[in-house]
Amino acid sequence: MTANRLAESLLALSQQEELVDLPKDYLLSGSEDEGDNDGEREHQKLLEAISSLDGKNRRKLAERSEASLKVSEFNVSSEGSGEKLVLADLLEPVKTSSSLATVKKQLNRVKSKKTVELPLNKEEIERIHREVAFNKTAKVLSKWDPVVLKNRQAEQLVFPLEKEEPAIAPIEHVLSGWKARTPLEQEIFNLLHKNKQPVADPLLTPVEKASLQAMSLEEAKMRRAELQRARALQSYYEAKARREKKIKSKKYHKVVKKGKAKKALKEFEQLRKVNPAAALEELEKIEKARMMERMSLKHQNSGKWAKSKAIMAKYDLEARQAMQEQLAKNKELTQKLQVASESEEEEGGTEEKVEELLVPDVVNEVQMNADGPNPWMLRSCTSDTKEAATQEDPEQLPEPEAHEVSESEGEDRPVAEEEILLREFEERRSLRKRSELSQDAEPAGSQETKDSSSQEVLSELRVLSQKLKENDQSRKQKASSEGTIPQVQREEPATEEEEPLLLQRPERVQTLEELEELGKEECFQNKELSRPVLEGQQSERTPNNRPDAPKKKKKEQMIDLQNLLTTQSPSVKSLAVPTIEELEDEEERNQRQMIKEAFAGDDVIRDFLKEKREAVEASKPKDVDLTLPGWGEWGGVGLKPSAKKRRRFLIKAPEGPPRKDKNLPNVIINEKRNIHTAAHQVRVLPYPFTHHWQFERTIQTPIGSTWNTQRAFQKLTTPKVVTKPGHIINPIKAEDVGYRSSSRSDLSVIQRNPKRITTRHKKQLKKSSVD
Amino acid sequence: MKVKMLSRNPDNYVRETKLDLQRVPRNYDPTLHPFEVPREYVRALNATKLERVFAKPFLASLDGHRDGVNCLAKHPKNLATILSGACDGEVRIWNLTQRNCIRTIQAHEGFVRGICTRFCGTSFFTVGDDKTVKQWKMDGPGYGEEEEPLHTILGKTVYTGIDHHWKEAVFATCGQQVDIWDEQRTNPICSMTWGFDSISSVKFNPVETFLLGSCASDRNIVLYDMRQATPLKKVILDMRTNTICWNPMEAFIFTAANEDYNLYTFDMRALDTPVMVHMDHVSAVLDVDYSPTGKEFVSASFDKSIRIFPVDKSRSREVYHTKRMQHVICVKWTSDSKYIMCGSDEMNIRLWKANASEKLGVLTSREKAAKDYNQKLKEKFQHYPHIKRIARHRHLPKSIYSQIQEQRIMKEARRRKEVNRIKHSKPGSVPIVSEKKKHIVAVVK
Repeated sequence: MTANRLAESLLALSQQEELVDLPKDYLLSGSEDEGDNDGEREHQKLLEAISSLDGKNRRKLAERSEASLKVSEFNVSSEGSGEKLVLADLLEPVKTSSSLATVKKQLNRVKSKKTVELPLNKEEIERIHREVAFNKTAKVLSKWDPVVLKNRQAEQLVFPLEKEEPAIAPIEHVLSGWKARTPLEQEIFNLLHKNKQPVADPLLTPVEKASLQAMSLEEAKMRRAELQRARALQSYYEAKARREKKIKSKKYHKVVKKGKAKKALKEFEQLRKVNPAAALEELEKIEKARMMERMSLKHQNSGKWAKSKAIMAKYDLEARQAMQEQLAKNKELTQKLQVASESEEEEGGTEEKVEELLVPDVVNEVQMNADGPNPWMLRSCTSDTKEAATQEDPEQLPEPEAHEVSESEGEDRPVAEEEILLREFEERRSLRKRSELSQDAEPAGSQETKDSSSQEVLSELRVLSQKLKENDQSRKQKASSEGTIPQVQREEPATEEEEPLLLQRPERVQTLEELEELGKEECFQNKELSRPVLEGQQSERTPNNRPDAPKKKKKEQMIDLQNLLTTQSPSVKSLAVPTIEELEDEEERNQRQMIKEAFAGDDVIRDFLKEKREAVEASKPKDVDLTLPGWGEWGGVGLKPSAKKRRRFLIKAPEGPPRKDKNLPNVIINEKRNIHTAAHQVRVLPYPFTHHWQFERTIQTPIGSTWNTQRAFQKLTTPKVVTKPGHIINPIKAEDVGYRSSSRSDLSVIQRNPKRITTRHKKQLKKSSVD
Repeated sequence: MKVKMLSRNPDNYVRETKLDLQRVPRNYDPTLHPFEVPREYVRALNATKLERVFAKPFLASLDGHRDGVNCLAKHPKNLATILSGACDGEVRIWNLTQRNCIRTIQAHEGFVRGICTRFCGTSFFTVGDDKTVKQWKMDGPGYGEEEEPLHTILGKTVYTGIDHHWKEAVFATCGQQVDIWDEQRTNPICSMTWGFDSISSVKFNPVETFLLGSCASDRNIVLYDMRQATPLKKVILDMRTNTICWNPMEAFIFTAANEDYNLYTFDMRALDTPVMVHMDHVSAVLDVDYSPTGKEFVSASFDKSIRIFPVDKSRSREVYHTKRMQHVICVKWTSDSKYIMCGSDEMNIRLWKANASEKLGVLTSREKAAKDYNQKLKEKFQHYPHIKRIARHRHLPKSIYSQIQEQRIMKEARRRKEVNRIKHSKPGSVPIVSEKKKHIVAVVK
């Protein structure tokens, strides 16, 4: 029964459609139920009874009582349990009856609706508006960042920024205002008029117009198509060639080559018949090809293939045959066709060569060198490695050839020879490097080159060691000759002949040794045999000291600073000092001698040394003597404090840091800070510089026109900001720096936006309108 | 006997036309020109000395006002014309080349608070203490015509400042709020407020023209966006800002002249730290104006001097003063960036050179080259003590000089106290605040 009642009340409420809150709803419904106290119920019963007494079936009026707070008879109250009352709980009992489906639906619909949130207060809204607007503006402004940065860092800014465009008058205007005055001008104008030179805008002569119109559209199209076709064909052909080139089969290539050769021959034959002149040309071409071949030495059995065949030739008939073929080819190629100019000797030479072709390369090359006595080649023998090889060759030595001169020279100059060796070494090294480089570049054929190079190196090393041995021997010989022969002249008879030749060519006196020789010739009497080379040189330069004993001199050299200053520093003469210089040196010496004689009285150097000693003394920290004479003992004139006392009251100064000029004999460095210069010096590193050397460098580069060219001077002194007098400088504009300025005007934007005048202002406006 | 003579080929030393450079054969071998650094140093020293010798910046004084000059305006199209408003409501238009007044208008009753010219230069606007905004024609009235404004707008409250938009027929006034007016209407098309206090000046951004900045007497600087009709941000400083000025070359940079003797250059996107604090004045800074090149600005102060600051330096490079110049109220840098005008309490407008030792008039090319070279030399050797001392030496009136000393002592004392506080408190408990941040109270979004 209660459930029914409850449902009724709910229905009533939903019809009212002002259902807002569930607890309230409950309270309303609960109020219709019987109260919790019995008295009330009884009272109701009584009323009912009275009404029934009436007889008429009175209509019962809906009655509402005040909502009481405590209505919890039918376990709908959430009081105490602490939970919120949910609509579903109330609907649970209704589930059974199907007649109330519509009510349920309506209730569900109500449940799904959500309450609207409270609006934010005004300050909050404004704040959000402001923030959004600020972010937007900041974004707009950030487009200026690069411009500003550029302007700040610019070397030079020229204001006004916007360029004033020069007014260019069209040519017609200029011409119309022009009048030919001088005869020359008139002549020119006449010429122009004769050729109907146009003056008006399309500046084209009739001829030009015609030429422009000459090519019609169809023609142009056809031409284009033609070109396209040609290009396509070319590309096809290229592709084909590439494809064919890629074919690896050797046989194929051989066949192709042979085919080509045959074809060429055939053509040539044909040509000879038809057109002998052309054939001759062709022949010349072939001859040229042959010459090229000959120069390249392609078929000389020096290739990899040929070498392998040479090894196999002993056993393999086929290989031998191939070799023969190759040689024949070589012969054919290398043989000159014109015989007229050829001499017999050369003929023989070539024959010889052909004979020797089977022998390995090196020998071959040597032979070639041998039979071609080219004086120029011989002249540059010192740098030529192959020539060196010939020198070394024992067979060549006894030959009394012309180029032996250099060889003998080489023998009596061990140093020179060493030099040659060194040069050789270097060459080898560079060669190796190059080969290595090439290895890097082409990893394909690297193995063989490497092998060959390593072999080369080995052989070279061997050769060098041999040479060194020889040098040693020759030196020993020389020493022995020096020992035995008292005179300085100790050259071998072979070189004796060459002596005048040497003298004739001063540039050939190339080494220290030779210079020494020359020196010896000048002063050969006092020469001590045991003295080492350098000392000899020194003695030659300081002839005054010569009479001293060598030992003493050495000592002097070690100790005497003065001597160190006076003596010419033992500068190492370059290997290529010519003898003329020697003469000059002598002159210089004479001059020095004269100067010395002239200024014999004042010894500048001694003075300097004295000065320096004084400076050093002055800069040394002084000891402090605190002895008081007469304190604790007798005092007076002539009495000195006791040594003990003095020792006791003497405060020794600490050793200062070593002087900077300690090791510089001819310099005095003043280590005191000069306050006069300090006033002109920067004490702290200025701001933009991070290192003192940066600052120093900027100071050290002069900017004046005394040190710089006009152009550089102008560039160095460009002012940072340039303004033109009398020109208004307008604020920077977006268009100036290449930005598109907003096309919308600020005003239009405002007017389009609904005016957001504050309420206060509205009030003001109202007031004013009322007024 | 044969006489040997020196002969030269004229091609080597005669120039082809007189417009060419003189052909001077020169050998630039450095061994022939030794001691380059000492020689250049001496040249720099001489250049610096000469600069001080020739530093005579004062050009002219325009007198005629019968009360203190309260505001100045430049003519946007004409370099020679300037406008000034005085404290007795009088507006005068001056010709700088002739150095005389060409027109006088009794514009307002009471102060002329603000004056600005229209971007086209045909008319100008004034606001005054009589709560009116008046628009005037730049040209004087014809014969027989009466001197009267084109338009007059009577407002509710006093307007304290005015500025015109740089491109459109819009102007902004400030007073109790910032109003934006269309020239054709008598009511503002938009008005923006933030807080309730009197706003002392409003300035349009010359580059991004929809931006405005204003400063109010409750110590804040407020930025507005005209298009979105809303304030953007507010920064509160230690003391009141008198006026602001936007950099004409850098859209987001502005400088505020503050009562605390300093000027603050802000990037408007980051208001919490000023880009630079410029300090040298010894009294409130009343006005500031940028050079049209955007590299320097000039400030007018209550301490009877004007100073020129480079934008990126915190110390001024120049100070101008004369015996008779009193509190400088307004200052302007002319549009060709060569001159500075200042209006002061004692009814005069003064014209100064922006570069004190600059030679006026046309320079020959050699003079120009020498000037540039000297300038570069001065720059190069500016850190050398002698040169620095000479270049920085300025004579100051006793009042300013003693004030500077006093300020220095005070500042030193404050610094010492700060250091001591840090030293004697728990490490980290007393934060070290940089000079830039010290003066910013808050940034309000």
